[in-house]
Amino acid sequence: MAPLDSIRNLCIIAHIDHGKSTLADRLLELCGAVDPREMRAQYLDSMDIERERGITIKLQSVRLDYRDHRIHLIDTPGHVDFGYEVSRSLAACEGAILLVDAAQGIEAQTLANCYLALENDLEIVAALNKIDLPAADPDRYAAEIEKVLGIPADEILRVSAKTGEGVAELLDAVIDRIPPPVGDPDAPLQGLIFDSHFDQYRGVISSVRIMQGTLTTGARLKFVQAGAVYNAEEVGTRRPDPTPVASLGAGEVGYLIAGIKDVGEARSGETITNLSQPAPALEGYAEPRPMVFCGLYPVDGDEFTSLREALEKLRLNDSSYTYAPESSGALGFGFRCGFLGLLHMEIIRERLEREFNLSLIATAPSVQYIVHRTNGETMTIDNPSELPPAVEVDHVEEPFLRATILTPTDYTGTLMELCQGRRGEMIKLEYLSPERMELVYELPLAEVVTDFFDQMKSRTQGYASLDYEPAGYRVSDLVKVDILLNAIAVDAFSMIVHKEKAYSYGLRMTEKLKELIPRQLFDVPIQAAIGGRIIARETVKAKRKDVLAKCYGGDISRKRKLLEKQKEGKKRMKNIGRVEVPQEAFVSALRLED
Amino acid sequence: MTEPFGAYIHIPFCSRRCDYCAFATWTDRDHLMSDYLDALATAITRAVDDRSLPLVTSIFVGGGTPSRVDPMRLAEVISLIPVADGAEITIECNPESATAAHFEAYAAAGVNRISFGVQSMSARVLQSLGRDHHPETVVEAVTLARASGIERLNLDLIYGGAGETLRDWESTLEQVIDLSPDHVSAYALTVEAGTPLADDPSRHPDDDDQADKYLLADSMLSSAGFTNYEISNWAKPGNECDHNLLYWRQGDYLGFGCAAHSHRSGRRWWNVRTPERYIDLVQSNESVEASAEDLDPERRRIEGLQLSLRTREGVPIDSLSASDRDLLDPLIVIDGETLVLSAEGRLLANEVAIRLR
Repeated sequence: MAPLDSIRNLCIIAHIDHGKSTLADRLLELCGAVDPREMRAQYLDSMDIERERGITIKLQSVRLDYRDHRIHLIDTPGHVDFGYEVSRSLAACEGAILLVDAAQGIEAQTLANCYLALENDLEIVAALNKIDLPAADPDRYAAEIEKVLGIPADEILRVSAKTGEGVAELLDAVIDRIPPPVGDPDAPLQGLIFDSHFDQYRGVISSVRIMQGTLTTGARLKFVQAGAVYNAEEVGTRRPDPTPVASLGAGEVGYLIAGIKDVGEARSGETITNLSQPAPALEGYAEPRPMVFCGLYPVDGDEFTSLREALEKLRLNDSSYTYAPESSGALGFGFRCGFLGLLHMEIIRERLEREFNLSLIATAPSVQYIVHRTNGETMTIDNPSELPPAVEVDHVEEPFLRATILTPTDYTGTLMELCQGRRGEMIKLEYLSPERMELVYELPLAEVVTDFFDQMKSRTQGYASLDYEPAGYRVSDLVKVDILLNAIAVDAFSMIVHKEKAYSYGLRMTEKLKELIPRQLFDVPIQAAIGGRIIARETVKAKRKDVLAKCYGGDISRKRKLLEKQKEGKKRMKNIGRVEVPQEAFVSALRLED
Repeated sequence: MTEPFGAYIHIPFCSRRCDYCAFATWTDRDHLMSDYLDALATAITRAVDDRSLPLVTSIFVGGGTPSRVDPMRLAEVISLIPVADGAEITIECNPESATAAHFEAYAAAGVNRISFGVQSMSARVLQSLGRDHHPETVVEAVTLARASGIERLNLDLIYGGAGETLRDWESTLEQVIDLSPDHVSAYALTVEAGTPLADDPSRHPDDDDQADKYLLADSMLSSAGFTNYEISNWAKPGNECDHNLLYWRQGDYLGFGCAAHSHRSGRRWWNVRTPERYIDLVQSNESVEASAEDLDPERRRIEGLQLSLRTREGVPIDSLSASDRDLLDPLIVIDGETLVLSAEGRLLANEVAIRLR
């Protein structure tokens, strides 16, 4: 076991694209942790999706040896959806590197995470990255960091993770400025699990920070919050390849394999202790709370069982989503799933399709509403089809967010317009510097989970950044808009929207569907309705002609192939009543766009 | 009676290319005409010699523009084919390129049917379709053909071109009926991939407009004594085109010339696409086949139903399930044990065809 004062535990707080993974690569090289021949970009991002999207979803920790010190570097996810995981990884550290793009300045979520780190008494070592870029303006952004975080500008390092410039100085500063951990190695064991993932050969592999006591291989462990008992089959450190050790002492960070089959038993925030000499649970544990819900349905109804198995298996790996079977008149049998946010929803869907070879339809995302019924009952719903008829509803509450947006001042007007259009209420408008502005709005979550983020990015050429936190529930004037195809309501298209937006939603959907639904053998009315009241209507006129005019010698084979293709195409149609709807229509109609 | 067998001859030369046309035709290869006709003659002679070409009951010379090649030489090529008594011999002609000499040469070679590419009797519509002739030319060409003693005439029409009104179409039909041909083919203008028309969506035909025009044609032609016997074909009684019926009855036929298709007992094949390649291969006595497909019995059976459904002959009633018969009710007419398409049903024949079993 290493002496405490030779240990440094830290994470990197950075915005997506600000170079965190590249910095991690340089640190691995500098400390000789990876054989240069095996080095690859984004070494610590293990999933294909992470590399493709350039984001970190699952945490990784790695031990680096530098100047007779042992540095445990904990990678953190860089998206607002995964805020809870960030908070758990901060709890495992004494310090953090704040990494800011020297051409862009600090972003909203980075700032939020930094505040969180400061609240946790972490020592912040700030560094401006990408100083090799022509557009880099480190002096300006150093001044900005000083203003918003109180870190003196002259203490902020200048690095280029790409070229390696200044990275050694950064490591020196980490050792000099970040305090070593404290903790009694002889006290009863208290270990914090800050990440778990599922390995198909080893079961759950957890990242763990020993707060006090010692975690010994073979020990009988109690998982306090999960109320489960497991043996510590293997304990080790990642350097970055997993290297078993006999024990991990107070202050150390490593991994634990305990023969666990379900990642939900070893969630982020879980406390482990020795069964024989237990310690109390650490503070700060929270169950992940899904904020966004949607139905996931297999394109091919026969794949329902495969989808169930995929959801079960993937959940061993990511316990932060929920799922429950549901059925839709339009889409058949599927699952209602809850996610931490929209990105999380996209990632899970993509992983299900990619890792389990499924083809899925996702219904419009919804949030969780609290419905107060006229009979005094209260119910929580996350699926528009569960909303009782209007006469039985006294009022409905919807979740709100407090959203912080950091933006170059040029875009303030367009962002205010966007927030107001989304029923936002301004809380704060403040200059961070002459060029940058902080906007704080309270907004309905439902308005944010559609395309708010994309809109914000496109209106600001990608310069604005967003962070948000829950801000409770509020009563809103909400209605359910149903979409009827040939007089049959298609539950997949039902949406709870603010009364003032119902008409435009109905209009948009009916117009969209008119383009997407092929002409049938009869007229197909497409209607939008609130309760029994029709608010918009379009008609897909009956198809009158599809025949090939010519069918002579050279046309016969071609015609037969065309008919075979049409016949195949029919099989991929979903039948809503007598109306045949192509799968693409569901996907396109539910695509999130204005 | 002789077993039906057809011969098709493809003439790939045109004076200009219509922008909706996806056939194997060329406007810049007239210098190949002579060699091409030689190659056809050689190929036919070989087929007769090796007995792959039996006595035929029909010959169809299509294109391209068959009337663009020397009529005497084309007549010689046709004469090489052994024909059964009463065989139907058709040549496609563009009205503007046919002269009295053409028809006389054809008639002398036994040609007894001319199929004119009329397309429209509206000058404006003809221009928009990119055709070279005027409506008056059609009247003259028909007169010349009849003068040569060829009495069976088909007039080919296209409807749904850009700018063609319903009134234009009605007028075209009136004038065509006045010419009293014994056969009319009316084709909905179809957008074929890779054609200039395909690249210009503003000129793409409208399905509803074409449906209206189809029903108008069916009603006008029916009143004038024609019977619809295939989706796009109407004939006075007894004047149905034997060669076309052969295609729709899965009959056997042999194609000569580039890109020509052949069929024999479930095997379909087609020749190389360019005239150069065709000439070269014939000259060096190599196979001109570009590719082929063999239909398994089930596919062949379904194809047979799909083809027959397009014709007045229809299909057996149980080729559709009872529930599909209900679903498709207005599209089908049941006559005893046979099921045929109604006029509306002919427009939606694909919807019916994909449900055949």
